[in-house]
Amino acid sequence: MAQSLNRLKETPSQTAGPYVHIGMTPNFCDITGVYPEDLGTTMVNDKTRGERITVRARVFDGTGTPLKDALIEIWQADSDGLYNSPSEMRGAADPNFAGWGRKATDMDTGECVFETIKPGRVPFKDGRRQAPHISFWIVARGINIGLQTRMYFPEEEKANAEDPVLARIEHKVRVPTLIAERGADGAYVFDIHLQGEKETVFFDI
Amino acid sequence: MSADPLSNRKPETGAFFQRDRLWHPPAFTPGYKTSVLRSPQKALLSLDNTLSEITGPVFGHNILGELDNDLIHNFARPGESAIGPRIIVYGRVLDERGKGVPGALLEFWQANAGGRYRHKKEGYLAALDPNFGGCGRTITDEEGNYAFRTIQPGPYPWPNGVNDWRPAHIHFSIFGHGFAQRLITQMYFEGDPMIWQCPIVKTIPDRAAVETLIAALDREATIPMDARAYKFDIVLRGRRSSMFENRLEGN
Repeated sequence: MAQSLNRLKETPSQTAGPYVHIGMTPNFCDITGVYPEDLGTTMVNDKTRGERITVRARVFDGTGTPLKDALIEIWQADSDGLYNSPSEMRGAADPNFAGWGRKATDMDTGECVFETIKPGRVPFKDGRRQAPHISFWIVARGINIGLQTRMYFPEEEKANAEDPVLARIEHKVRVPTLIAERGADGAYVFDIHLQGEKETVFFDI
Repeated sequence: MSADPLSNRKPETGAFFQRDRLWHPPAFTPGYKTSVLRSPQKALLSLDNTLSEITGPVFGHNILGELDNDLIHNFARPGESAIGPRIIVYGRVLDERGKGVPGALLEFWQANAGGRYRHKKEGYLAALDPNFGGCGRTITDEEGNYAFRTIQPGPYPWPNGVNDWRPAHIHFSIFGHGFAQRLITQMYFEGDPMIWQCPIVKTIPDRAAVETLIAALDREATIPMDARAYKFDIVLRGRRSSMFENRLEGN
């Protein structure tokens, strides 16, 4: 017998269910007066540094129908590539940018819109630079454990080509599932497909 | 860096332990019908954490209102309170190393005592309680402790099988220190026979894993003539020490 590592098991995940809004975006589902504002609604203010961008995200099920009861959280670096986090040891991030947003998908269209800034590049652990990206976490009824993925930027062709995470995708035909498209209004459109030919690359990370 | 200047804690910068995906429910669980068309079918891309997953935002206690952790009163009219068995839910947020997780944001939501949610997609005929909203939140203290007051929710029927019912439960969203620790789960109540009949509970393959979601009735912590107590500890992913990790170039 060896010594015990005394490790605990992670609490198992359960689906967020159809009523996720009650707990995480109560004002969105008309439970008002409890919190002044839903957390993560506003990501930028007048003093936030960097290029303003709009990200429109949708999540599609296996029939191609957008989910109208999903909730998405995003996490990203500031315009200099620094995270506003105690675990960020490289320097102080923009104090006017938390880097975190949360939105419920619209109950009619299935779309959610993030008004944010374009993130800078963040180093990989070996010092190579990752391409600018936004981390996504998706929960909904029918999703048993939150799905993790990333959105990359279509105009960053060179940076995307040298990104160490995208390089790990064996089937290159799937890389475009992580790259947003540019809409006519300039917004980044990021369609997340849970199944099918266009299934998004999800991470175990 | 936005660490609390008053804290003696050293920031942790190591990657999180890999998730035991056999302990969690798989994505595709046909007994829970909605998962069939919402489950990714291709293999996940497994990667060690980068800075993008090791880091996470900080939620300060200043976001909390006085009644945020009191679901009996936070939606009630002045002088009134929600109807139902009064309970305290308390516990600790730990990581897999057994360390308390301070500053974790916990958000919870639930049905009222009759099993009815305050939501327009809800179809159960049980009555709404005008004094119950169903949401609350808190942030763990320096040792990872949390507590809130609520009413015990009721079980309710849902359209999956013809006659499926959910056991009484409280949903939890937990935000630890890193974006990779993000977790949503549900808490069940000790002694409830409905737990073992539930298709959503059954998405978890291991009975021992389900048992970690069942809060224990704690008669010692029960408040006389006021509220029973249930203890529910939550474990988030642990992380490596960064002592021997490769240093970034130039650092």
